[in-house]
Formats: sequence, C-alpha cells, structure tokens
Amino acid sequence: MPEKNHHVVFAGVGGQGILTASQIVALVAMKEGLDVRKSEVKGLSQRGGSVVSFVKFGPIVYAPLVEAGTADVLVGFEKAEALRWLHYLPPGQGIMIVNDFELPPIPVTLGHATYPPFPEKDLQNQLARLYKVPAKEIAEDLGSSLLMNTVLLGVLSRVLPFPVFRWEEVIGEVFVEPYRERNLQAFHAGRDRAEEFVVTG
Amino acid sequence: MSGEERQFLSGNEALARGAWEAGVVVASAYPGTPSTEVLETLATFPDVKAEWSTNEKVAFEVAYGAAIGGVRALVSMKHVGLNVAADPLFTSAYAGVNAGFVIVVADDPGMHSSQNEQDSRHYARAARIPVLEPADPQEAHDFVLRAFELSEQWDLPVMIRLTTRVAHTRAPVVLGPRRSIAKRPFQKDWRKYVMIPANARRRHILLEEKIARFRETIKGSPWVDVWKKDGPVGVIASGVAARYVQEVAPHFSLLKVNLSWPVPIQVIRSFAASFQKIFVVEEGDPFIETELRAAGLPVHGKEVFPKTGELTPEIVRQGLLGTTLPHLQPMEVPGRPPALCTGCPHTGVFWALSLLKVPVTGDIGCYTLGALPPYQAMHTTIDMGASIPMAWGMEKAGERAVAVIGDSTFFHSGIPGLIDLVYNQGHGTVIILDNRTTGMTGHQGHPGTGQTPQGKGKEIDIEAVVRAIGVDHVWTVDPHDLKATKRAIQQALQTSEPSVVIARRPCALLPEGRALYRENPHRFVEVEKCVGERCFSCLRIGCPAITVREGRAWIDAVLCVGCGVCEQVCPYGAIVHA
Repeated sequence: MPEKNHHVVFAGVGGQGILTASQIVALVAMKEGLDVRKSEVKGLSQRGGSVVSFVKFGPIVYAPLVEAGTADVLVGFEKAEALRWLHYLPPGQGIMIVNDFELPPIPVTLGHATYPPFPEKDLQNQLARLYKVPAKEIAEDLGSSLLMNTVLLGVLSRVLPFPVFRWEEVIGEVFVEPYRERNLQAFHAGRDRAEEFVVTG
Repeated sequence: MSGEERQFLSGNEALARGAWEAGVVVASAYPGTPSTEVLETLATFPDVKAEWSTNEKVAFEVAYGAAIGGVRALVSMKHVGLNVAADPLFTSAYAGVNAGFVIVVADDPGMHSSQNEQDSRHYARAARIPVLEPADPQEAHDFVLRAFELSEQWDLPVMIRLTTRVAHTRAPVVLGPRRSIAKRPFQKDWRKYVMIPANARRRHILLEEKIARFRETIKGSPWVDVWKKDGPVGVIASGVAARYVQEVAPHFSLLKVNLSWPVPIQVIRSFAASFQKIFVVEEGDPFIETELRAAGLPVHGKEVFPKTGELTPEIVRQGLLGTTLPHLQPMEVPGRPPALCTGCPHTGVFWALSLLKVPVTGDIGCYTLGALPPYQAMHTTIDMGASIPMAWGMEKAGERAVAVIGDSTFFHSGIPGLIDLVYNQGHGTVIILDNRTTGMTGHQGHPGTGQTPQGKGKEIDIEAVVRAIGVDHVWTVDPHDLKATKRAIQQALQTSEPSVVIARRPCALLPEGRALYRENPHRFVEVEKCVGERCFSCLRIGCPAITVREGRAWIDAVLCVGCGVCEQVCPYGAIVHA
C-alpha cells in the first residue's frame, strides 16, 4: 500500500473513453483500501471537446483538483491534449504516457491554426520517463480502435502501485461481455509491451 | 471497515443516497448542471416519489406541499433555478414546514455550464433559512440527514449549498440504512399556512425570533470543524475551499464552517482570538467574510482570493502562502470550441436563420451554440424562457426578431411569454426546437415527451398548446428538410399575427434519433466537383464532421452519421453517398 498520495491526470478528447479509464483507476485504488477523489473538467461538447480527468489516491485525500506541478503521471489520449495539460507535471520527475495519435482540433482542420509539433526530445529532458504508445494500432489489431483507452491503462498499470489481479477484477466489473474479454486483452497488450514504448536516446 | 458499506459516489449521488436514508418520500427538480444527478439518483429508489417538474418554482412547491402534507421532501436545482423558485422560498420560511423540507442548490463557480456565477447563500440569508455547505461527497451524504432533523426541529426549510466540485467529485462514501419516519398528519392551521398580511406579519416576527434562538444554539460541532496548529495564521473556510486549504497549507490552523448562515459566530470569534492573521477562503462571493467583518473580525478574504471563477489549489496556495509550485510549461495548443453534434436537429434551423440575417433572441440549451460561428444566429441569451418576451420587447423597439426556444424550456417558462405576446397582440415569430428531450443536461423527459422517471406519463402536445393559446399560424417542420424549414420561417416572418414554427426531430444522441440514421450511408465529397473556398456552403451547416483538406471540403467518415443535411446545401452536387 502506498504511503504517499498519487495524482494521475488523464487528458484527451471527448469520446475517447477518458472518463471510463479514470473511473477504472479510481475503483482499483478504492478496492485497495485507499482514499480516492475523482474530478473532471469538461467542455460543453459531448464529443470533440477537450477533457481532463483527475484521480488522486492515497491514505487520505482532501481536495478534488490536482495542483499544477503535483501529478505523478499524465496520460495523454491525444498528443496535442497531452501538451495542453503539461503544467500538471513537475520538472524532471513526471511520467508521461502519450497515445501516438492526433485528432486535429476544428481550427486546425479549417486551416485557422496549425497542429502543434510534439517536442519529443525536450520532453525527454523534462520528464522522468516518456512512454509513446501506438495504442490505436494495438487496439485495431485486437478488433476495435475503441480499445485504445484500455491499452493505455495497461501501460499505466506498470507505473502505479497496484497488483495486476485488482486491475483485472475492476476491468471485469466495468465492462460486460463481449467487451469484457476484449478489454482484458487490450489491458494486457499495453501492460506486456509497456517497456517497448519507453522513449530512449 | 468490516460490515461497512462504501460506494464510489459523486456528491450529487451521495446527497441523494443520504436523503433516501433520511426517509425522504417526495423529491422534485428541474434538470440543471451541476445539480441534475440528485433527482436522477433519487428516482432510482422505488420508495421515493420522484418527478421532473416543469420548472424550479413548481418543483419547489411540489416538494414543499409534500412536507406540509407530512412527509420528508427534497427539491433540487441549480443556482439560477433558485431565482425561479425565489417566490415560494421567501414565504416558506414564514410558514415553516411540517415534515422536514430540504432545498438543494448547486452553484457553478467558473460557469462550466451556466450563464452566471451567483452565490445562492445570499438567498438563505435574505429568506432567513439555514444553509449547510458540505465539502465532499461524504459530507453531502451526512449533511442531508442533519438538514432534515434541523428542518423539523426548527420548523424551517433548510438549504444545502453545493458547488460544482462538491456535486461532481467522486469519492468513497460510507452508507447507512433507510430510516423509517412516520408520516405526520396535516394539521389545518390557517394562521401558519395562509400568508395573508395579518398572519404573515405575525409569522415574520416569529421567524426572526426563531432565528435569534437558533443562533444561540450553534456553538461548536457539528456546525464547525476545527484543526488547531501552532503558528500565527488561522484560516476560516467553507465547502471545497476548506479541502484545498487542508491540502496546500496543512500547517495552518483551520476552522471549517459547515453552517454558512447563520454563521456560528461565537465559536469563530474565540478561534480568531488566537491568531495574528485570519484568512477567509470560500467559493463565490465574500459571504462568510462579510458576516465576520460585520461582527468586527479583521479578516482577509476576497482582497487575496479572486471574486470570480472557481477556486483551485493553485489559487489557494498563492493566496495563503504567496507561492507557486514548480511545474512544466504548458504548450500553446489550438482550442477545441464546442459544437453541435453530428446529426443534431438544430443545425438546420440555425443554417436557415444565418441566411435570413434576422435578429434572434435565444434561450438556454444546447442550441445556445447557435450564437457561435458559423451561424452567429442567436443574439441574446439571458435566462430560461426569455426568448419570447425579449423578442416582443424588441418588436416594441422597432426590431422584428425571431425567438428561439427549446421544447423543455418552452414548458419551463416559455408559455407565459407566448401568452403575453398573443394577448398583447404582438406579431412575433417563435421557433420551438422540439428535439423530444431535455438535451443539454443529459436527456431527461419533459411534458412534451410524456416521459417520467417511472416511465410514461401524460404527453402534452406542443402544437395543441400553441393553438390553444391563440396562435393561428403554426408550421411543424423537420429541421433537416432545409428548404421546408427556411420557407416556414420566411412565411412566419411575413405574417402580421403571432406565428410559431415547431422544428421537430429527435436529438441525434437519443436512441430514436440514432435509429433515424442507422441505415444511412456516410456522405463523402467528390473532390473534382468541389470548388473549395469559392463556395464552402457545406461549412455553414456547422457539422463537426465537415472540415477542409487540401483546399476542398472533406467529410470525416468516422464522425458522419449520414443525416444528409450537407447534401442539400452543395450547389455543385459534390456531396454524395454510396
């Protein structure tokens, strides 16, 4: 059981399954007997808006929002969104897990703005570790790009202090068949291959 | 932990569960972010009579009637809903209750989904109603039990004020069993419940005396929680603000105010005596701060913390400690502006209005997005039901405007405005966007659908209501039939008597809305036929699936639902389907 509080920030675009992913992490922490808070910032759009979800867990958690500079992990479901919420990570100590996937915002597709370049080298210097995950390809190989979020959870499971059976238990409860089995496969695909996705050099 | 039931609940769900445990029998609400899930959760308990009322005033009166009738009752609403319910609110404090009556109000600092960030606690003070402020889901659960007891003990309505971060945060919540509360008989007592002046004068005096006696009893726990630490600084905070203080400044002494009005002034005064400097941290207005200043306490509040927006740990740290934690710099990233959904029925109406260039008075709902590009076809949005009377006022000022109002909003407070227009012989045109649901708050039923939390109620036909009011010029159109929609609006505008266009098509996110498109093929652009920038008529629909790729229109096949609206506007026949 962790002695300190952990803060995880999930960032992405509405419709990517961010709230399901953060709910799974929160339930895993709760079943481990920890105190948990989960809170979101959502735009007005059901789909296509910027979404950020916070999960904080530990012996005692007071407040719902994560303070800038205190996140242990930022999980970016989309590359530009990971960059938008970078300030939650502290210099030199944070872990970023980013889906190697672009969903251009409307101003970009209409030609009013450009999609930001992903500064991989700079980020490597500013982070303790960077995982760049081809979650879409892995998910599509397993049958559906909708499994992207669970692939990312598999990678996240490598950096959070929870036993694998607890993840399996919660994923098994959150999804009904036939989605249960496919999500467990996606989780393990991310978890088993996590080391491959660490950006080095 | 053994035998103790814990569930991972939002503040709204926890509050609803607490109300159920308190033996609540009747619950009513009009949906409104961030309060909606209170009633949605109460409606899942078969032993609670839960209803979506037509508006917050009605919801208040239904629950209040039930409390006077002798069962515990709860009404919930968002902050601006309390404006609608303010009339019964004030007088209910005079008349008092019979069984417990709790008013839940969820404020939205930062305006995640609201038109203002008013602080509901002012109403509690103005009406002389005690207000409790929970800080997290567990307290939302616990405080509602206390609120019912308080209500019955003092024969008063009791308010619970939530803010977005209490209402929508999820946390483990320890649950208890439902209590069995005996129904109280209704005692006819015209001096208590009939607020004619002679009785109301007496009841007002009794209310002021009651509050004075109540003030004498509120000395310490449970009205405050205190954490004493060494050092010269003390903090007084309420709601989620207290939790930020505990997180960022655990070394400061903290007095957490649970009862925000009347403030437990004796205990605060003795706490404050031990410190050289006292901060007040609260979400919203300087409410507790003002009370403390009036009592002569030299506190620091909103000169340190912002009066606008919601609090964050960063703001609380900066205010209390003057520091910021080191963090990475975020990068400049283009925004993701809100947009109507693909297949949204509203697109057709706003496409037509943007071409007709007529002034449009708007209302509250998803369709407020009609004010944004590419339509820019809504020019006022103030409050629920305002569209029709404001269009009539514009007409009196010499501007012929179109009022646009949603179906649920029409029932909420649109009908009196339409009656006013007809009665006073205005000429105005009203468009009712009938998407068969209360869309923005997540698909609650309303009288026009007949859907209730329990299933099927009585469906009330909008067209029949409109005709019964005396509107003789009524068109019902499918807003995805662009020609018919535009023609109906044009004809309505040429009418010299009140006219109504009902644009009816189910919300694209409802099962019946999705079913309309299930068999539809996706549209795509034949690149060689598209003339690009010279035209881009399709972009005026504002469909999120249609964007630009290499100078030509392009339709995202994943997002496209196949509604076919874009096919109707392309003058070059470039938008096709397989």
